[in-house]
Amino acid sequence: MHEYSIASALLDLVEEQARHHAAARVLAVRVGLGELAGVEPDLLRQAFELARERTVCAGASLEIRQVPARWVCRDCTAALPAGLVLRCAACAGPARLAEGAELLLERVEMEVV
Amino acid sequence: MCEVCGCGDPERVSVELHERILAGNERSAAHNREHFRRRGLLALNLMGSPGSGKTALLEATRRAAPTLRLAALSGDLATERDAERLRAVGIPAHAITTGSACHLDAQMVHHALHRLPAIPLDVLFVENVGNLVCPAIYDLGQAANVVALSVTEGEDKPLKYPVMFRVADLVLLTKADLLPHLPEISVERVREALARVMPEPRLLVVSARTGEGLARWLDWIGAQRQALEPLAVAR
Repeated sequence: MHEYSIASALLDLVEEQARHHAAARVLAVRVGLGELAGVEPDLLRQAFELARERTVCAGASLEIRQVPARWVCRDCTAALPAGLVLRCAACAGPARLAEGAELLLERVEMEVV
Repeated sequence: MCEVCGCGDPERVSVELHERILAGNERSAAHNREHFRRRGLLALNLMGSPGSGKTALLEATRRAAPTLRLAALSGDLATERDAERLRAVGIPAHAITTGSACHLDAQMVHHALHRLPAIPLDVLFVENVGNLVCPAIYDLGQAANVVALSVTEGEDKPLKYPVMFRVADLVLLTKADLLPHLPEISVERVREALARVMPEPRLLVVSARTGEGLARWLDWIGAQRQALEPLAVAR
C-alpha cells in the first residue's frame, strides 16, 4: 500500500501552507481524487489519520472529493462510455482521459491567530 | 481574548489550491529525465506482478541483442537477486532494495543512477518492484512504461488493474511458450480486455524461453530510441 507515502506528501504540502499563513492549526483539508489515480479513498483516510499525529494537522478532517473517470475522443472530443472499448464510435479515434487521474490538494482551512 | 472587538481571537482562513500531491516526485522525475536526455539514454520503466517474468525478459533481451548496450536498476523489497541475475548475463545492474516500500519513486532511482557505471549506454531498464498497483502512479523519468503480463495470470488482469494498464505504452504477454498448456487462455481476449482500459493498446506476445516475439520487442525498443530527442552535436 502506497497511501501512507501519499498521505505524507500531502502533509508536507499542507504544512507548507500552514507555515506560509502562520497558522496555529489546520482544521480541514480537501483532496480531489480521480477514480483512476490509483489511490484508495479509505486507505488514504486511514493513512492520513496516522500521519497527521504530532503535526499541525493533528485533529484536522480530510474531505475527499472523488472524481469519476471521464473519457473523451482525442480527435472529435465526443464523450465515450467507461467500461467499453476505448475507441470513439463516431470517428474511431482513441480515447483520452479528460478527468479521473487527478490527485490534488484543493483546500486547506486553518486557524490563524 | 478582548471582548470588545475580538482582537486576538483566532481567525479561520480557507485557501483554495490546485496542487499536485505528487509534485515532489514529479520534480525528481524531471531531473532524472534530463539526466537520461543528456546521456542519450532510453529509460524504460518495466512493471508487472511478482513472477511475471521481468528479469527473464531482460536476460532474454541481452541474448537477443548482444550489441545493444543495456543497464538495469532492479527494485526489490528484500534481496539483490534480480540485479545479480542480470550481472551474471553481462548487464550492468544495481539493486534498489526498498525495504517495505511497494514501489520505486523518482528519488530512489536518482540515488541509484549515481551507482551506475559511467559507460556509454543505449537502454536503461528500471525493473520496478513486482506489483500491479502502486508503481503505476510514480513517474520515474522514464520515456515509456512497459508492463509484463504472464499468460498464467489470466486474461482479466487488465480489467482488474486499470490504473496500471492505462499508463502502459506497451504490454508484453510473457511466457507464451506455456500457451499450448493453457487452452482456456486466449490472446484475443487479453487484447479485448486491454482495449477497454488502454486507449491505444499495444500488445506483443513473447517468450524468454523460446525467443518468440523478441525480434518485435527489439523493433519496438529501436523505434523508441529513434523517437528520443537527438543529442546536440558535441561542442
